[in-house]
Amino acid sequence: MKKFFKKASLGESMVSMTSLGLAIGVMMTVGLLLLILVKGFESFWPKPIYEISLKQPDANVSIGSSLFGQKVSLKENKSFENKQTEWQFFLGNRELYGASFKYIPEDDIVKLERAVDTINLERLEYGRLLGVPLYLEWHDGKKLEYASADFAKTFKQELHHVEDLRKKLLKIEKKEMGYLSEGITHNKDEIKRLEYLQEKEGIDYSSQITALKEGIQYNQDQFLGLEEQTAKLREQQKRSTLHYALASGEQHEIELAEIIRYYYPNQMNVFEKIGHFCISFWYFLSENPREANTEGGVFPAIFGTFLMTILMSILVMPFGVIAAIYLREYAKQGFLVRAVRISVNNLAGVPSIVFGLFGVGFFIYGLGGNLDDLLYPWRSGVPTWGKGGIMWAALTLALMTLPVVIVATEEALSAVPRGVREAALACGASKWQTIQRIVLPSAAPGIMTGLILAMARGAGEVAPLMLVGVVKFAPELPIGTEWPFGLNQSFMHLGFHIYDLGFQSPDSEAAKPMVFATTFLLIMLVVILNLFAIKIRSHLSKKYGSSGF
Amino acid sequence: MSTVTKNSFIKVNDFNFWYGKSQALFDINLDIKEKEILALIGPSGCGKSTLLRNLNRMNDLIEGVHHTGDIVLDGQSLYDPKVEVISLRKRVGMVFQKYNPFAKSIYENVVFSLRVAGRNNKAELNEVVERALIGAGLWDEVKDRVHDSAYSLSGGQMQRLCIARAIANRPQVLLMDEPCAALDPIATLKIEELMMELKKDFTIVIVTHNLQQGARCSDKTAFLYEGKVIEHGETKQIYNQPTQQKTIDYITGRFS
Repeated sequence: MKKFFKKASLGESMVSMTSLGLAIGVMMTVGLLLLILVKGFESFWPKPIYEISLKQPDANVSIGSSLFGQKVSLKENKSFENKQTEWQFFLGNRELYGASFKYIPEDDIVKLERAVDTINLERLEYGRLLGVPLYLEWHDGKKLEYASADFAKTFKQELHHVEDLRKKLLKIEKKEMGYLSEGITHNKDEIKRLEYLQEKEGIDYSSQITALKEGIQYNQDQFLGLEEQTAKLREQQKRSTLHYALASGEQHEIELAEIIRYYYPNQMNVFEKIGHFCISFWYFLSENPREANTEGGVFPAIFGTFLMTILMSILVMPFGVIAAIYLREYAKQGFLVRAVRISVNNLAGVPSIVFGLFGVGFFIYGLGGNLDDLLYPWRSGVPTWGKGGIMWAALTLALMTLPVVIVATEEALSAVPRGVREAALACGASKWQTIQRIVLPSAAPGIMTGLILAMARGAGEVAPLMLVGVVKFAPELPIGTEWPFGLNQSFMHLGFHIYDLGFQSPDSEAAKPMVFATTFLLIMLVVILNLFAIKIRSHLSKKYGSSGF
Repeated sequence: MSTVTKNSFIKVNDFNFWYGKSQALFDINLDIKEKEILALIGPSGCGKSTLLRNLNRMNDLIEGVHHTGDIVLDGQSLYDPKVEVISLRKRVGMVFQKYNPFAKSIYENVVFSLRVAGRNNKAELNEVVERALIGAGLWDEVKDRVHDSAYSLSGGQMQRLCIARAIANRPQVLLMDEPCAALDPIATLKIEELMMELKKDFTIVIVTHNLQQGARCSDKTAFLYEGKVIEHGETKQIYNQPTQQKTIDYITGRFS
């Protein structure tokens, strides 16, 4: 005992305390990541479909006394009267059952068995479908039974046909029709501009205006032609239907044009499951969201987050570094500089939503509004820059992370040894040459640390973005080939996507796994961006690092 | 302005210097001839480095300094409003106590003073690098790796690189602030040999704590104590027949 107290007085026990603190921190982080990982990736793994037989028929006529479902989770329902366990099942077939998920008390289940032939279909609407395929029927009356040997092959072929047409449709609608309508918008804007100039300067532009109007007419005619084409393609898409049965035996049919993907979870071996898992994850990464964001992928959100963070970094770096150079190297150190420095440090503690409000007030209404008045006075009331956009969002976040960069840069500048500064000056370098050629390169790794911290904070921020340009759904990516290069477009963001899925979704149960998967992606994106910056930093410190003094 | 004899290259006239309110130098009068080595000796804090750093106006960087009197270099006052500090420092090279190469290649270290002067002619730079490194006695050791980082050199080599950097732009004067303080005896010996070589081309002012070094490689010696020049003259005379009691005390090691 005495020995223990002696040890304690020397601080030996404190060592283990510090390691305990670290261990707790690491455990919490790892636990959080694991939870997100498991919960997020669960939904990509193909789970078996069970045929569930109920004790008594469900009130819902379509369900009857048996139904297909995939196990989601087990819940202990502890009411004070009786304890019962409930299974949460994914049923799909939202248009028939009213909801995709259902809690079924364990006691109500008579039998639970895997039905081999059940299919999980991903549709354009109403989420997924669980059922047993019966036969394919073409509109000319031909039929192909599920039991026949050709079914799998033909079904695949038919879906390929549909998919090809869908791609063609998308191309026409997005590219060609988009191009035409862009032209129409452009011409209309041009007409407004000329009319405005006509009124203002008294010059006659009527011939140009007529030409532009003709252009609009031409585009509209073309547009109609394309519309006919798409209608035809749509008609071609609808050449066959799939008939399927629910567990209750009820039969339904679905147009193949409605089907995106399908799989037979009960027929898959492990490798097929892994393949399905990977491909589902890829679709999640690369596709646009569908059905109020509860289905499909998150590609626009990934892209928006990435682009905004990069833009923010590009904007915050020069401002922060220049400000820090002035504060540290040029400004006369005194009361004023101290006051400025304290203010800058305090700026880092201002809640981010305040910056969001500033962004709306200053960037959007102030700068953006005035820019619109100045550049596009004929677009009365239709904002171009005076609305939320990725540029304003990046600027707002740049402002928010500015203190971090300034503080880090100042630290890095002051850490450059006095000796090398004096050596440079003694060589006949001016002060600016010394800063530019000697001090800044030596300080570069420290400045990069500031940028890394700024990126970590900026990429994860949601609150201010909701005010300055992030929206729930924006399939158009915020880039363009013509001025203003899409910089004034609103965009999607992973952080806001999480909020939207978790709290604003019409089908919160369906969105739950996506919340975790999106969270995982957000973390990964921040980690990747940081790793990239750290790589640059280590390269810089290798190049300019001092050797031990 | 005082008249300058042909041989008197640097002349310090009644020079007083203050850091804020505390006076560091009192009525300094010194005469340095062309192509000779003057050693400044004296105990710590006596103003040797302050005086040295005034010769290329390095002390201008410190806030709140001021001076009276004048320093004349080659017939022109350092404090003449027409003199630009930058062009002055091109004429007066400096080597510091702690070797301080830049985080660049050996080559870029040497040509730095030319680059900041806007001279980027490749052939000229190559020639300067060779000449300066030969001058600093480093050429044979690094000629195959002049594009390596300066930090790959040893301490003594780095200090010689700093000397090469200081002489690259052919200054008239070379100031050395305890150039061997951070070096081992062998590297010190090399630098001392080098100084004897450099004497042929440059006027050198060296601050040293090492009395043997001062005795070995200087022509003139000035002993400073508490900001004043106590004794100034031929090195042999200062070491062998000092006239002032303070000088005797310092040289015989009664205080340092």
